[in-house]
Amino acid sequence: MSVTRNASTALNRRRLLAGAAAVMTATAAPAIVRAQGGMLKVGVLLPRSGTQAGIGQDCFRGVELANPIFKSIGLPELEIMNADTETNVEVARSRAEKLIADGAQLLMGAFDSGQSSAIAQVAEQKGIPFVINIAAAPPITEQGYKFVFRNFPTAGMILGDAFTNQKEVFAASGVEPKSVVFLHVNDTFGTAMKNGVGAVMPKFNMPYTIKETISYDPTARDLSVEVSKAKATGADALLVVSRLNDAILLTRELVKQRWSPMGILSMGPGWYEDQYLKTLAKLGDGPLSFVPWYDPNKKLSKQLEGALAKKYPGVNMNTNHIYTFEALLVAADAHKRAKTTDPKALADAIRATNITENVSTGPGISFDEKGQNVKLKNAAIQNRGGKLVTVAPKGATNAKAEWPMTAYDKRR
Amino acid sequence: MPAEIYLNVAISGLLTGLVYGLMALGLSVIFGVVRVVNFAHGEMMTIAMYLAVVLFAQLGLDPLLMMLPIAALLFAVGYAMQMVIINPFISRPEHSQFMLMVAIAIIIVNSLLMIFGPDAQAVQTSYSFDSYAFGLVIVDATKLYAGLAAIFVAAALFAFFQYAPLGKAIRACADNYTGALVVGLDVKQLYALSFGLGAACVGAAGAIIVLLVDVTPPLGPAYTLLAFVIVITGGMGSMPGALLGGVLIGLTEAMAGLFFTPSAKSMFAFAILVLVLLFRPQGIMGKKPT
Amino acid sequence: MIARMLHGVPRHTLALLAVVLAILVIAPVFANDYLLTVLIIILYFAYTGQAWNILMGFAGQLSLGHALYVGLGAYTTAALYVHFGIGPWLGMPVAVLISVACGATIGFLAFRFGVGGVYFAILTIAFSEFVRIGFDHFDWAGGSSGLFLPVANYSRNDVVNLRGQPVMFYYVILMMTAVAFAMCHALLRSRVGYYWQAIREDEQAARSLGINTFRYKMIAIIVSSGMTAPAGVFYAFYYNNLFPEQTFFILRSIEIILGPIIGGIGTLFGPVIGAFLLTGISEVLQELLANFGFDTPGAKRVFYGVCLLLVVMILPNGIWPPIARLLRLQRRETPEG
Repeated sequence: MSVTRNASTALNRRRLLAGAAAVMTATAAPAIVRAQGGMLKVGVLLPRSGTQAGIGQDCFRGVELANPIFKSIGLPELEIMNADTETNVEVARSRAEKLIADGAQLLMGAFDSGQSSAIAQVAEQKGIPFVINIAAAPPITEQGYKFVFRNFPTAGMILGDAFTNQKEVFAASGVEPKSVVFLHVNDTFGTAMKNGVGAVMPKFNMPYTIKETISYDPTARDLSVEVSKAKATGADALLVVSRLNDAILLTRELVKQRWSPMGILSMGPGWYEDQYLKTLAKLGDGPLSFVPWYDPNKKLSKQLEGALAKKYPGVNMNTNHIYTFEALLVAADAHKRAKTTDPKALADAIRATNITENVSTGPGISFDEKGQNVKLKNAAIQNRGGKLVTVAPKGATNAKAEWPMTAYDKRR
Repeated sequence: MPAEIYLNVAISGLLTGLVYGLMALGLSVIFGVVRVVNFAHGEMMTIAMYLAVVLFAQLGLDPLLMMLPIAALLFAVGYAMQMVIINPFISRPEHSQFMLMVAIAIIIVNSLLMIFGPDAQAVQTSYSFDSYAFGLVIVDATKLYAGLAAIFVAAALFAFFQYAPLGKAIRACADNYTGALVVGLDVKQLYALSFGLGAACVGAAGAIIVLLVDVTPPLGPAYTLLAFVIVITGGMGSMPGALLGGVLIGLTEAMAGLFFTPSAKSMFAFAILVLVLLFRPQGIMGKKPT
Repeated sequence: MIARMLHGVPRHTLALLAVVLAILVIAPVFANDYLLTVLIIILYFAYTGQAWNILMGFAGQLSLGHALYVGLGAYTTAALYVHFGIGPWLGMPVAVLISVACGATIGFLAFRFGVGGVYFAILTIAFSEFVRIGFDHFDWAGGSSGLFLPVANYSRNDVVNLRGQPVMFYYVILMMTAVAFAMCHALLRSRVGYYWQAIREDEQAARSLGINTFRYKMIAIIVSSGMTAPAGVFYAFYYNNLFPEQTFFILRSIEIILGPIIGGIGTLFGPVIGAFLLTGISEVLQELLANFGFDTPGAKRVFYGVCLLLVVMILPNGIWPPIARLLRLQRRETPEG
């Protein structure tokens, strides 16, 4: 009697409590669901049109390979939202805003320093983490941002490792150049590297001096004058920072003007890219590129390389694929650890990143308080038989460097 | 610097300048006769370049051999463009013409991007890496052939305008529009022919220049600007002037690159343009306006 | 003065203007940040379009190198801020001065020697390119590696130094555009404005009437270049990084003139309408193409070019005049809107 009555009251109370709980969950649920459930929405900003279209599309290959590999190593897959920055700062900014408005919880991109800066401002303002795949201009991580992370070396880091690796190559072969001529493209990256060379080189005791520095216009279609000047300096080797098209042009001019330097030391893109190797065939062998690269001995590297070979046979794995993939790796790893899609929690999780099973050269991915991965190491690669081999640093190589370079006229 | 460097660079500048001159020649014909500001000039050359690339890649045909067929095709394109789209704009204000050509240029550049993708395409023939050595002087083989081809096409064009009745009619049209009408020339037809000829010129230039320069979709605007600088410097309406202007600009850029920072060499072309506009606006070989 | 400016304007035009202004003022309440970004871009182009319109639409001189003045304005204030800590409002007069000096130089060289039409246009391009390459080598202003403005955190809106949320920038550019609009209106109806229009219609006739065409063309280019400089200041402090390749790039100059030409050269509303339309079309095309799965890069711009082509061919005087006629927004005396 009273038991039944108590029971029914208790039931009522329980039902009331249950009802209240249900109401509370119902109202709170949307917030929690937004933050917790489902895949992480990653806004990917890359230049798919405009002058950087080719590189942007190459980076995108790294995006396409990500999810299947993540699944196989136990990382959550990502929901990718694509946007084209059109190689334009204003478009980059408004696309970033649009992605965030459409629900992106993390941004990744954007290859170019200018566009990345613009996106970084938006990301910081909105409290959305932004993981930069490729952009070397130092100022980006000097702004005191809390939501911007860069897993790519700065110009200074690239240079420091370049000099170290160069000395390693010279030591291994026993031949060192006494003088070089420094040719660089007069754009953001090229000038940053030139300034860096001035600042960083004295600390490394290099065996060579720079006889002359020649800068050229990035839109130049004819580099014969530049090469003539370079040849006229009588330098032993060519130190160069250029882009893909210039690399091809310069090589053609070297052959036509009959100058085979002791070697070509490139500290930027271009000389190792597929288009270069394909276009120049035998004449493309030999240049050494000192660039952010992958460690061929790491397991994930082999996995990524295999996936790339299957999806895009004939395409060599390069910086664009590696670092774009790793940026997404950072996102997936942070998502797994944070167990939420809440941007602020994600940012905190990214700050605590420590991935040792990665692709790029060096101990792994971790960020300092400025959001920069300062532990990245850069490698030295060489063109050989239409493929690329890694020749430095020791411990992350799969071949020995060929130095000096075979003269051009001996190859035709 | 060793002396032969100057000679090498000068020769290189001269040869390249000849090809620039051919491209500018096309603009000179178009602007001199039809008086349309063709801001899609560089883009038309880009089309020719891609044509050459495709013909070479698919059929292995050397661009120098394909120069005439490509020029013919561009002639048809130019003729059609003039008849259909541009004719109504002859009497419109300059900014309207300009916008029309800009719109066309945008369409061309981005269509090319969609079709060919953004990567640079090159034509690499068996002689692409050759050079001739005359003592210490080294001359780039492809540049030599390009320069010769440019002279050949320009000479053919001069002959046409000098001796062919149609050519003389076009010149009459350019010199005196009303007079031409009075004499009974079909001006609209002649305009279309002229635009077609200008396009053919730029088509030939494109076929030639693809041996020296790799083509990307956004290549056009820089060449449009260059063409204008050359035509103004050499003299609007003067064909030898266009060639001369081309050589002058080619040489200046090369020598400026040698003496100063190569990355600043374009500044000299603009400096020359400014000087010409101020002190001899009709150009070096242009006729002084009466 | 305000009464004189408002005199003769039909009542319903004023009402329409007031409504539009009101909507723009309260827009941030409804718009999300993405929409605000788009509006900022629209207003920026409306502003620069109006400044350019003074030289072209009013005085009839085609300038294809207006990015030069934007760039000079941007770099001047940015460099002053980065190197000396001088804020944008204090730096603006310097920026305007430098911009005007440049414009006056171009104007003097061109107009003194009778350079007009297409030649003038090419001259403006040449100057712009010359300065672009120059800045590429100007290391004090960052050279080609760019000039980066230090970005503080965004918690407060600092109008003095123009650091803050998009909303703040929105109101700044809205104010600038509104002031420009009022200025253009005043100019159009002033004596200078009438002389300009006379020169535009037929310079020879104007000269024969005794108008000193050289003087008024100089005034036009000075006003136009001076008015464009603040746009550069805004640009520098909004985007916080400048690269000569992008800032002085010829495509920028073309972007500036697209709005007024589409909207209607020489009209008051033309540049504003044009700016709204162009950015609007651009964003809408983006959405449409994304929805239809057309992810091919370049497709959007092809459509853009086709739209441009159609407008130029069908509506040679721009979109505004037919709209104005439709809405009967014109005064009866002059055919300008």
